[in-house]
Amino acid sequence: MLYQLFIGFLGIGAFSFGGGYAVLYLIHEEIVERLAWITTQDFIDLVAIAEITPGPIAVNASTFVGHKVAGFPGACVGTAGFLLVPFCVTLVAFFYFEKFKALDSVKAILQGIRPAVIGLIAAAFLKVARVSFTDLKSVLIGVTIGIAIYKFDIHPILAIFLAGGMGVLLCG
Amino acid sequence: MLFALFVTFFKVGLFTFGGGYAMLPVIQKEVVERKGWLTAEEFIDSIAITNSLPGALAINCATFVGGKKAGFWGAFCASLGAVIPSFVVILCVAFSFKTLQKSSWVQHVFAGIRPAVAVLILMAVAKLSRPVGLRWANLGIALFVLIAVLCGIHPVLVLSLSGAAGFFIFRNRNPQERA
Repeated sequence: MLYQLFIGFLGIGAFSFGGGYAVLYLIHEEIVERLAWITTQDFIDLVAIAEITPGPIAVNASTFVGHKVAGFPGACVGTAGFLLVPFCVTLVAFFYFEKFKALDSVKAILQGIRPAVIGLIAAAFLKVARVSFTDLKSVLIGVTIGIAIYKFDIHPILAIFLAGGMGVLLCG
Repeated sequence: MLFALFVTFFKVGLFTFGGGYAMLPVIQKEVVERKGWLTAEEFIDSIAITNSLPGALAINCATFVGGKKAGFWGAFCASLGAVIPSFVVILCVAFSFKTLQKSSWVQHVFAGIRPAVAVLILMAVAKLSRPVGLRWANLGIALFVLIAVLCGIHPVLVLSLSGAAGFFIFRNRNPQERA
């Protein structure tokens, strides 16, 4: 199990281009759909928790899932797995800093990956939306939060607390 | 030096919520303004590089700055410092999560939060689209990826294909743009 965790997050780490939300789809595909270690609902709650706690979402996710699957050792192994490839690649890029910057082919590849990441995030949105918007109440909350972010540029943490408050008010 | 790197990035890791770009001003203040480890130009360069690599931006930035100041062990200590706060906090949350989930109160809170998470992800699409720019090639790649992954093609394969597409589409265009 620990080995599977390590390999799973190693792969996610190796392809986590674009940071933060871009990784969500990859995590969903691997952890929710293929390995079925957590449900989509757990996954969304995890994103919310990651948003209101310090640290990058992907690191938070690897710690959380690792713990859920195999306790404390799982958390360590999952997190380490996620971090290993980026750490090595960054070190290599650092030592070949100038050369790396000048490589036209690297630049061109990255220009292809950037819009791809946006497509991935859009796909993550669709997956999450299907589970999140279940009734009129959730649509109402979503629209309100959307307007609050778009019009007033409120901070994501505030958005999550607001939405949580609305959840209690509308259910109670 | 190793200890200073660890402590500085521990602080960065502790006080940055949401990750990614939210961390940059904090890193900039610590590393450029207070410690003087990088100049402003070096900082921008390091962002450009780490941004194009896999992994979390803030952690990569820690690896990069640590490597610059103290080689491999500098990179190791800085990255470890950046990771530990989020690791510990999430462990605490994970421990209490099962108990919390049983309370109907908490269930209501999360039922409210879920649509907000969807909205936040949608906003990320909008925010990230701006710097990439609206070009036919970009639009085509983004749409292709969206449809491909929804059809069940593995995201890693799709990302690799997009990188290859970028290689062939943009490789010959870049020199003219720079001139």
